[in-house]
Amino acid sequence: MTLTEKEESAINDNIMILTGNHAAAHAFRQAKVGVVSAYPITPQSPVVEKIAEFIAEGKLKARFVKVESEHSAMAVLCAASVTGSRVGTATSAHGLELMYEMLPWASGNRLPIVLNLATRSLGAPWSVWTDHQDFITIRDVGWIQLFCENNQEIYDTNLQAFKIAEDSRILLPVACAYDGYVLSHTAMPVKLEIQELIDKFLPPLNHHINLSDISTVKGIDPVTTPQVVKRDEGVAPGYYEYRYALQKALENSINIIKEVHDDFAKKFGRSYGNGIYKAIQTDDADTIIFGMGSVASQSRVAIEKLRAEGLKVGLMSLKLFRPYPAEELREFFKDKENIIVFDRDIGYGYEGTLSYELKAALYGLKSRPNIKGFIVGLGGRDVKTEHIITGIYKALDEFKKGIFTNKTDFLGLRLEELEDYDEETYFKGG
Amino acid sequence: MVNVMDIPEEEYIFPGTRACAGCAMALIYRIALKALGPNTIVTVPASCLTVLHGMQGFCTTKISVYHTPFATTAASASGILASLEDKGLADEITVLAFAGDGGTVDIGIQALSGAAERDTNFIYACYDNEAYMNTGVQRSGSTPLGVQTTTTPEGKSVHKKNMPKILEAHGIPYVATANAAYPLDLYEKFKRAKDIKGPKYIHILSPCPPGWGYNPKDTMLIGRLANETGFWPLYEVLDGKFELSNSSKRYLDSSKRKPITDYLKAQKRFKSIDEKIAKTYEKYIDNTWKEIKSRLESR
Repeated sequence: MTLTEKEESAINDNIMILTGNHAAAHAFRQAKVGVVSAYPITPQSPVVEKIAEFIAEGKLKARFVKVESEHSAMAVLCAASVTGSRVGTATSAHGLELMYEMLPWASGNRLPIVLNLATRSLGAPWSVWTDHQDFITIRDVGWIQLFCENNQEIYDTNLQAFKIAEDSRILLPVACAYDGYVLSHTAMPVKLEIQELIDKFLPPLNHHINLSDISTVKGIDPVTTPQVVKRDEGVAPGYYEYRYALQKALENSINIIKEVHDDFAKKFGRSYGNGIYKAIQTDDADTIIFGMGSVASQSRVAIEKLRAEGLKVGLMSLKLFRPYPAEELREFFKDKENIIVFDRDIGYGYEGTLSYELKAALYGLKSRPNIKGFIVGLGGRDVKTEHIITGIYKALDEFKKGIFTNKTDFLGLRLEELEDYDEETYFKGG
Repeated sequence: MVNVMDIPEEEYIFPGTRACAGCAMALIYRIALKALGPNTIVTVPASCLTVLHGMQGFCTTKISVYHTPFATTAASASGILASLEDKGLADEITVLAFAGDGGTVDIGIQALSGAAERDTNFIYACYDNEAYMNTGVQRSGSTPLGVQTTTTPEGKSVHKKNMPKILEAHGIPYVATANAAYPLDLYEKFKRAKDIKGPKYIHILSPCPPGWGYNPKDTMLIGRLANETGFWPLYEVLDGKFELSNSSKRYLDSSKRKPITDYLKAQKRFKSIDEKIAKTYEKYIDNTWKEIKSRLESR
């Protein structure tokens, strides 16, 4: 068998066919993480299986603490990070929720932990399929949250995530999310970079706490009071000052996240919009689709079809969800007419989270675009191109009629197949 | 057997901590740190020990401490150790987890069981003041029968959990019981634990004046009564081999034991117990010692 020139160059370029989960694992290997701790959960498990394999084969010199729960996994990582190691993990849905207590502990301590989230819906009822609800639930814990659209982006974003997390101006944990199954279990070509270049991009961690240096005594996380404490030995900030510093670090991180993205793009030749969002065919568009991850990917197909039908539609795929890039979004949307948001999540009791957050962000504009949000694809229900297209036409029609509502609108529901469906009595229990 | 001259003069806890007057935990911690020395990192969950460690910006010990959420003591110790291994420092530094009874037998048992199963090379010390003292005396899984707490105003209806036995069942190399009123024995056990590889578990009875209801000056007396009545025997299990500690050996002979009522009546927390519960205690202590005897004989 002879290789075509293209195949040969692919091999030389070290392109592998990888699932999203394995792309994340390779990024951990090349980032030379020191401590990994994880607990199995679908659809994340192949990430940590692969890491275990790398360690067993001697390709990664990390300690893998195989804990009895995700709560312990994040507790292990917080402690290992405090002791000075580069650390990371992966989880999904219920695993993330079980970690919840430890997530603000990580950010409050300013620990540069990287977490991969293969997104999955939350029970009850049980579902292993994707939606973005798990990702959304951690928006208030002080983490940086990034979303990926393909496996190369997962690999690249992980490498950037360590660099962002460990930047001395930031020092915060980072979550890299990607859709469960849609990416976690789907193989596609991923270019792995040369180790020496990665080492240059991501030098060894010089931790700001480092308990392992016992030449200085440290008391990490004692009880704080509502006050600033002054004693002869010095002045210590109160809880309020710590939390102010955390919030400011998040606010200031947006430019640094862009900077890291641009640096990566310069070194490795791949970029993802401006590092915080990706704008696709938006220059001449008056109508913009707004979404994340699998929803954005599906919308790429939809805009081709809508444009063929004469609509000037573009796509804004949000990559950075926290800190929320409100100013950048305001600037981007200031001259746009219509925004149609597709949420694969709900801020239960209100609307889709992306929808209401964008509305709030654009409040300061003099002339505000029309915005309508749709709910799509919860629990792995397919998000089809036709759902997106139906949504666009419906929204444009409502905008024309001047209809504005916060009531949720679900696309792709199949209530008509449930012959006895009655909104007042259905699914009340069991 | 160590004597008092063997205990280093060096103090690792600064004076003036926020522990209560007569606090046995402070004494246990002081002795433990003397035994382990300066190359130690401590992890502490939400507990009275957090209070001892004081407020923001200051550390009351000469040894670094990491405060960790309630359920995570043993997991955090695993994390510290994993990082030390990653850095090649694991042989030079001892990892000490120090938690109360609630943090150990209740909310922290899962993480502790996991760390024990993983053969984590650390010392886990449980100072057992037999209730959630830091939050205002609520019952824990380690509260003894009949004890009044703020959540058992009628007196607790069941015995305390036998945590050392649970840890023994994990097959770890070292399990010991200790008592704040026997500091030399305590010192020796921490010293021994330091030199053993793998998980080490030391469960220490820690009398608590406000929670148990006695005069703070009587902490040692109350602690001694727990041993002298046979309620809290001191022993070690080293590589599966059971050994009664010297301070408890004479109580193998039941006639040497003081009546359990001496212990119960000395503390307000037992004030609601009746004759029937006192009898139950006699049986409980008899059974405890029968088991000890049979373990010693079957060696």
